Amino acid sequence: MKSHVWRPLWVLLGVIALALVARHFVVPSDFGVGERGFMYGFHRKSNEDDWKAFKVKYLTKEYCKECHEDKYESNMASKHNLIECENCHGPAIDHPDNPAKLVIDKSRALCIRCHAKLPYPTSHRGEIKGINPDEHNPGEECSMCHDPHKPDME
Amino acid sequence: MTNMKLTRRDFIMTAVKGAAVAALPLSAFKILSPSEAKAAIKEANVRWGFLVDTHKCVGCGFCVKACKNENEVPYDVPVTRTWVERYVVLKDGKTLIDTPHGGREGFTEQKVQEKDVDPKNIAKAFFVPKLCNQCENPPCVQVCPVGATYQTGNGVVLVDRTWCIGCGYCIMACPYGARFFHPIHKVAEKCTFCYHRITKGMKTACVDACPFGARKIGNLKDPNDPVTKIVMTERIGILKDAFGTKPQVFYLGLDDNVR
Amino acid sequence: MIPEAAHGAELAIHGAEWTIKELFTYPNEYIYWTIQIVMYPYLTGLVAGAFVLSSLYHVFGQHELKNIAKFALVFSFALLIVAPMPLLFHLQQPQRNFEVMLTPHFTSAIAAFGMVYSFYMAIVASEIWFVYRKFFVEQTIALKTKEGIGNTLLRYLYNILTLGAYDVSEEALHKDERAVKLLAGLGIPVACFLHGYAGFIFGSVKANALWMTPLMPVIFIMSAIVSGIALCMLTDIVIMEWKKFRVKTSKKPWEMTAEEIGGAEIHIIKKTSTYLLGFLIAAITLELIDLIFRGYTAMKSWDILRTVIYEKDFNKIFIMQYGMGNVVPFILLLLPGLTVRRAAVAAVLVLFGVFMMRWNVVIGGQAFSLTFAGFMHYHLPIIPHNAETFKEGLFGALFMGVLPFVLFWIFNKIVPCLKFKQGEE
Ligand code: HEC
Ligand code: HEC
Ligand code: HEC
Ligand code: HEC
Repeated sequence: MKSHVWRPLWVLLGVIALALVARHFVVPSDFGVGERGFMYGFHRKSNEDDWKAFKVKYLTKEYCKECHEDKYESNMASKHNLIECENCHGPAIDHPDNPAKLVIDKSRALCIRCHAKLPYPTSHRGEIKGINPDEHNPGEECSMCHDPHKPDME
Repeated sequence: MTNMKLTRRDFIMTAVKGAAVAALPLSAFKILSPSEAKAAIKEANVRWGFLVDTHKCVGCGFCVKACKNENEVPYDVPVTRTWVERYVVLKDGKTLIDTPHGGREGFTEQKVQEKDVDPKNIAKAFFVPKLCNQCENPPCVQVCPVGATYQTGNGVVLVDRTWCIGCGYCIMACPYGARFFHPIHKVAEKCTFCYHRITKGMKTACVDACPFGARKIGNLKDPNDPVTKIVMTERIGILKDAFGTKPQVFYLGLDDNVR
Repeated sequence: MIPEAAHGAELAIHGAEWTIKELFTYPNEYIYWTIQIVMYPYLTGLVAGAFVLSSLYHVFGQHELKNIAKFALVFSFALLIVAPMPLLFHLQQPQRNFEVMLTPHFTSAIAAFGMVYSFYMAIVASEIWFVYRKFFVEQTIALKTKEGIGNTLLRYLYNILTLGAYDVSEEALHKDERAVKLLAGLGIPVACFLHGYAGFIFGSVKANALWMTPLMPVIFIMSAIVSGIALCMLTDIVIMEWKKFRVKTSKKPWEMTAEEIGGAEIHIIKKTSTYLLGFLIAAITLELIDLIFRGYTAMKSWDILRTVIYEKDFNKIFIMQYGMGNVVPFILLLLPGLTVRRAAVAAVLVLFGVFMMRWNVVIGGQAFSLTFAGFMHYHLPIIPHNAETFKEGLFGALFMGVLPFVLFWIFNKIVPCLKFKQGEE
């Protein structure tokens, strides 16, 4: 082994050792093979907690009920009871702290997501009462004539 | 003098060698260690699954809107974690498909891809919501060169934003087009089944946003879970089963035309 | 509301810059792998090819290739250093590239590639060391007598490069030779493996109907060798003709030696082109088999593939790649009475053809949607207007193309490998 022929090999081994030492310091200590084995579970374990700690923004109707009971009650008694408040008003996040007020979107675009008539026989869309946005009182906000929370006609 | 020098040098050499040797085994073994893996595996009793009912979907796009806001994927960009496709099958057998802006503004026009459609010609038409299938054998995870994307014990595929190098191999490997580069973080991005919500006992943002119950999430390992019951008792379909990815997003009313 | 959401429109979506979508595609689909991913297998291919060529001399004793062998070896080293750089350019987080070596996920072809690449790098570097060790020692000694900072630095450099092995006895040099032979031999399978792996990166993507074929690695190896040989041949011709030109312009006619006027030697070129032809045949055969199988078995994806291959990309595949890149040089090399100039033209065309092959695989593989119901068109960014359009545009690619030559120029200052005619050492 004293032969000079092995010199490049020593250099190589040195580089490998260096890489392994670097690995020891750079790679997070919880990096390893997880529940799903090496093929599907090779990762940094604490990243799962990173994702769990992500901010929740949509809080659903039950949250609004506390403070906007009138709206909640009227909405729940209507044909629009299946629609989440936050679909029309945006995510609550930390409302009323931040943002203090939620968006009020009076655009026609909001309503025609469901109510633009699409004659689709095998889809529930075809069953929703539809209008032709170009013909049904064009240019006017829907909420002028319909209560978005309780649109029932009778 | 020379002797002293030699010994000092020897000492340093030994110290360096010692340090290197000490560092070696620790890190060297972590590259591949099945034993460690075995130890970590405890029978998980949660496997998240998803159910989409294409009959119920009306194409309002609230799911896409909610998903983008909830998960901080910029609203105006075309890329999205979930999207809704429209299929209009005509009586002559032709199929028109579109997904304007991923359906985030809903479907408000009868035109499909700028083509007028005569309602009398429509044989069937429906909407298909799409999202990551959280495959049992996720090809996107298999190809990640650095272990930045992985599957959790409960079956959700996540991306480590601090470790992803952004090579795009996972995007290429996904047969469903579920992945993309996040325009701000510049790393691979995908549906997480709202991991921060489901692990707190909530539903995903898209499930909560859907007024018609077209989307449902549940624990497939719980036989009493409503989703599991439907998956067990109804005739369900999955997307692109030929790839062997074993999707865990199940569809009711899937059609041959669905891509 | 959500601050980010407000100004989404100005955000750069990776891929949107150069992708034009047609008909129905998924919202997240873009041409994510672009020109740099074309350059990457192209360069790895050239490495593998150049190395195999040099090994033909070292291992199989093809003495006609003696001169070109040394050059091919050093050149393949220069190419090798550049080969992974296109990948680096294309990463969204290039500063994290080292992770591929630190936490390699071996089920990924790219991770395994990193290892094979490093191993191969070690082989080529060692081989160069053995070939030039005697030279390093000689330089260290020769430079001792010379003055000047430059010379001192150079001496230090050579001294380090000897790795402390100063023994240049007959016996030691013989050992070097044996080591070179061994490494050159070992290098051939590793070179092929390396490039086969580049093919595997594509061939194993089951989501992509065009890429997914077990033939992909083999096709890649064959075209790699073809391109590598063509590049060495071309560079050899250019360098020798340039020297001839220089000699002609600087010396009086009666001062020139016969060898100096000679320029590129036609018998070397002929020998090299025989190898080129052989590998070219293999490459074309494999690609045709692949095409025929796809057409004959006509799986679900064939409808869209046919549209891409025979309509959308017809010019790029049949005219540029097969026609100009394969058939024309094939004829040029086969016609009797091969001249240096004709060989040079053929080599250029072959190089172009292999480049088009990489293009048609990488870009062509993304020309159709995963939906099989839509298409995507790639528009190479020419004038860069931000980092992204430089990195993944024409100039980024040109940069990659020029870099190996710059490196080679530098290497040649340290390990001269072009002094063919003055009789080796
Ligand atoms: C903790 C009590 C609280 C809860 C819970 C709450 N809000 Fe509010 N909300 C307020 C207050 C206080 C205001 C401010 C009223 C004002 O300044 O006029 C407000 C304002 C609003 C406004 C704007 C009204 C306007 O006149 O501009 C909307 C829309 C709104 N809330 C919707 C919701 C929705 C939807 C939810 C459920 C996700 C919700 N809020 C939950 C307290 C609450
Ligand atoms: C279909 C869409 C939609 C839904 C669902 C909806 N809203 Fe509204 N909301 C509106 C619109 C549009 C306005 C503006 C009404 C107007 O201009 O008169 C509004 C106004 C409001 C206001 C402030 C204005 C006022 O009249 O005081 C509050 C508070 C509010 N909504 C709360 C709620 C709550 C709580 C829910 C859930 C129970 C809810 N909304 C569900 C569309 C909706
Ligand atoms: C100028 C007042 C006015 C405006 C503005 C208006 N509507 Fe109406 N809408 C009516 C009246 C009146 C009816 C009941 C008579 C009818 O069917 O036309 C009605 C009926 C409807 C119906 C039930 C249709 C059915 O088949 O029973 C829907 C759904 C509807 N409107 C949605 C909308 C939407 C969505 C908008 C906004 C894009 C809107 N409306 C704007 C006055 C209005
Ligand atoms: C998520 C889909 C959705 C959105 C968005 C929506 N609606 Fe509705 N709307 C419904 C459904 C479902 C019904 C129940 C009756 C039906 O099946 O047609 C309904 C019923 C109605 C009716 C008819 C009530 C009746 O008694 O026949 C009106 C009017 C109406 N909505 C107006 C609006 C207006 C105005 C907006 C915008 C503020 C709006 N809707 C937004 C889904 C929606």
